[in-house]
Amino acid sequence: MEPKRITKIDGPVIVATGKEDFAMHDMVYIGNQKLLGEVIKLDGESATIQCYEDTSGMKLGEKVISTNAPLSLSLGPGIIGSVYDGIQRPLNLIENLSGPFIKKGVQVSNLDENKKWHFVPSLALGDMVEYNFILGTVKETESVTNKILYPNKVSGKILEIASEGDYSINDVIAKVELPNKEVINLTMVQKWPVRIPRPYKQRLRANTLLQTGQRVIDAIFPISKGGTATIPGGFGTGKTMLQHQLAKWCDANIIVYIGCGERGNEMTQVLEDFPKLTDPRTGRPLMERTILIANTSNMPVAARETSIYTGITIAEYYRDMGYQVAIMADSTSRWAEALREISGRLEEMPAEEGFPSYLPSRLSEFYGRAGRTLNNNGTEGSVTIIGAVSPQGSDFSEPVTQNTRRFVHVFWGLDRDLAYSRHYPAINWMISYSEYLSNLEEWYEKNTEEDFLDYRNKIVKLLNEENELQEIAKVVGQDVLSDSKKLILEICKCIREGFLQQNANSDIDTFVPLLKQYKMMKLVVDIYEVSNDLINMGIPMSRIKEIGFFENYPRIKEEVTNIESGKIDEMEDEYIKKLNDIEDEYKEVL
Amino acid sequence: MKTPKNVVFNEQVELVLPNNEIRLGNVICMDENTTMIQVYEGTNGISLDKTKTILKGRPLSIKLSENMLGRIFDGTGRPIDGLGEIDSDLERDINGSSINPVSREYPRNYIETGISSIDGLLTLIRGQKLPIFSGSGINHNELANKIITDSNIGKEEKFAICFGLMGAEFETAEYFKNNLKENGSLSKVVMFQNLSNDPSIERILTPKVTLTCAEYLAFDLGYHVLVILTDMTAYAESLREVSTLKGEIPSRKGYPGYLYSDLASIYERAGMIKGKSGSITEIPILTMPNDDISHPIPDLTGYITEGQIVLSRDLYQKGIIPPVDILNSLSRLMKDGIGENYTRKDHKKISDQIFASYSRAQDVRALAKVLGESDLSDLDRKYLKFADEFEERFIKQSQDERRSLNQTLDLALEILNILPKEELTKL
Repeated sequence: MEPKRITKIDGPVIVATGKEDFAMHDMVYIGNQKLLGEVIKLDGESATIQCYEDTSGMKLGEKVISTNAPLSLSLGPGIIGSVYDGIQRPLNLIENLSGPFIKKGVQVSNLDENKKWHFVPSLALGDMVEYNFILGTVKETESVTNKILYPNKVSGKILEIASEGDYSINDVIAKVELPNKEVINLTMVQKWPVRIPRPYKQRLRANTLLQTGQRVIDAIFPISKGGTATIPGGFGTGKTMLQHQLAKWCDANIIVYIGCGERGNEMTQVLEDFPKLTDPRTGRPLMERTILIANTSNMPVAARETSIYTGITIAEYYRDMGYQVAIMADSTSRWAEALREISGRLEEMPAEEGFPSYLPSRLSEFYGRAGRTLNNNGTEGSVTIIGAVSPQGSDFSEPVTQNTRRFVHVFWGLDRDLAYSRHYPAINWMISYSEYLSNLEEWYEKNTEEDFLDYRNKIVKLLNEENELQEIAKVVGQDVLSDSKKLILEICKCIREGFLQQNANSDIDTFVPLLKQYKMMKLVVDIYEVSNDLINMGIPMSRIKEIGFFENYPRIKEEVTNIESGKIDEMEDEYIKKLNDIEDEYKEVL
Repeated sequence: MKTPKNVVFNEQVELVLPNNEIRLGNVICMDENTTMIQVYEGTNGISLDKTKTILKGRPLSIKLSENMLGRIFDGTGRPIDGLGEIDSDLERDINGSSINPVSREYPRNYIETGISSIDGLLTLIRGQKLPIFSGSGINHNELANKIITDSNIGKEEKFAICFGLMGAEFETAEYFKNNLKENGSLSKVVMFQNLSNDPSIERILTPKVTLTCAEYLAFDLGYHVLVILTDMTAYAESLREVSTLKGEIPSRKGYPGYLYSDLASIYERAGMIKGKSGSITEIPILTMPNDDISHPIPDLTGYITEGQIVLSRDLYQKGIIPPVDILNSLSRLMKDGIGENYTRKDHKKISDQIFASYSRAQDVRALAKVLGESDLSDLDRKYLKFADEFEERFIKQSQDERRSLNQTLDLALEILNILPKEELTKL
């Protein structure tokens, strides 16, 4: 049949016309340089294609060849620890081929084809296999065991399975007979179309906490494993820092970090830091559980659009093995802008601010792929999505922030004023929220102290009162306020500086276990309650300040290490004793 | 024009006018019937049937050589100083290719600029892209000039400056030229100038040409290159002009939807590469239209660059020069380039404390406006004193005063001591 040939070029959008039949979302090779592209629109004999690389130097009339398959990822051992571009090409292999600058038309294999993996079968001859059943295991890194999954939706019977030994990813490790007597060969790699969610058996309630070691998150606005969160914030408010902190310290088994249209140096930083840092839970380097997808802002825009899907598909693959996976997408605004750019080139009718009208549905599809699931092979896994949003002009009412808000359950709004006074993480406690608190109630009760959430609620209440008092103080000045109100202001200052602020660059403070978080909350709330009683008895604020608590509390986070949090209890006893002494003194006078 | 055979997307085009004048252009969109060409030097005098078009078969590129140092070019890379053409076999596509994130080296070496507000609070790192956000009427060129003359990179042997002037006033161009001449570094400068009376569309090329030259000097020859691009606002406006002419769907304020990608393709060319000794540090300067930091140009720039230095009109009018608004400014790479092995152990604590205290002092100032100073508490009055002294003694710095980093940090400590000890929670 007559092949399709290029008839129009407009930046990354190409139209090819010819008799050959293309299908939607087919992956194609364009022109003599064989640049990768994807079919995004079909109209009669002409197909509109988005090209993942720079189209300079292309001519009309060059052939477009279809692979007759949608854009797919190669899923198999060797993914962890890799750095991929938006369409799963390993960037270090590209570097070997083309030097420090990325040349186009580079063809590399997605996974290392020569490396031998030690395969241990877990099924025997004659066993029946269904979709996603575990055929065997491979130790992918010291921290992660890759489970080789049966990729076919049709069940079958194992005719042959490899014995324990070393195999490369293209070696056949099993032969399976399908009900129609057809025999298929299986390797350790499976292909999966990047835009199609991987199926699971049943969705479960997201009721376990994703521990991040960040106080304002774990204690105030927590996220569940399998939950969705967004971090909107203007530039300079610390989105990326927070994403890095979460990627480093959260207790997921696998981290997929998508640098979507962000700075090159930020990816470099991750690449330098992660191999050096150790996971506090396994003691192994963090890189052994991390996958990076880097499509920096100067890399082709169409691949940026795809990078988000590449990330989530890889995450689902590990979820299917029964792992807890967390995705950090930084930033989803760049993805939305890539959609807008391509939509503009297609001359589609724009909706809000030039974004295409399908922006909300794409966002909801993306966040809908998160969740805690029961898989077909009996394991339980989860995918947690944490997406950063870079609102234009720091305006939270712009379309990407607004639409994202509709589909996520946790909102960590970053605040420019907080960031300017170097209050990090700059999560504004007045506008942020978490809808998982009720889901997590039971978890907190079982895994932390029983009154963990009570203290949390008291802190939130105090902060709310402080906010109102600040408004009043702005008008009339602080001096006019009564002592009990002044106490609230002082206590909240402690909470803000000593509890909410957390120093990512300090060895002690960068990660704080829940027990220490609990003790810190308990200390400040208990002191407040006792002091408040004293003030109600008529003891002046100046007297209470003498106990030295208000200066010292902000230093506790740095001075008490994570393992000796018992010290905080001792401190509390001391301060309470001092307060009791003041009380006794006053009682005598009266 | 009607599509000829073998036209290549994004190739360079020369239009030969009836009077034999040659204009540059490139192919921006093509289908079977028509090819759209963007002409960089205006379409004046181009007639429909008398103009010849020569297709060059390759994207726009410039000739590169070490001899470019000390020379002046127009916005498209043609010499205008009367010293003749650059003779070289090496020619590169001005669009460049993106640096593989895996090949980058994370920048950590700080550059001592001698300016307290920058060294102490917004430390500049070699390989960083740190823009200056200014407003019209604020003399940002002085600050840029001070950075060039006082910074210690200027004393390196292999040091070069690539200057891209876009839509600059004649006076601005002369100001920089004269200053460079005075401190004898003109021989280290490559200047690409597109003045405000040159065709605006030519401005689209200027930063690309400048950076192609910088990449050559840095990554081929091992120079430490400082790239100054002024004014990015004029660049973005040209981009909008072209986009509107092409009939593209506009996004915010009429700017094209790809403004972010386009700006990124300029800014992201800064950096360092593993195994190469050179570096590119970029200082783009832009004027914020109407002093509005949320305008698309400063907004998108801030999302790409590694921080920003914001100049404040209030400080400028108070006579605090350079008028660096530290609360709005930020250097993202600072945290990894300061501290024990780089600058001084207490650097971070001091800068955190300054930011926190100065920010608190701003609240007190607002309160003082309502209540009057006399009704403030003692502590609040101390904050006011701190803020005033900080601006007068720390931020303000005359053109010829250079402070070493130690002097800067000691001065900061001295001023912080105005506040009572229990307020200094970060020290």
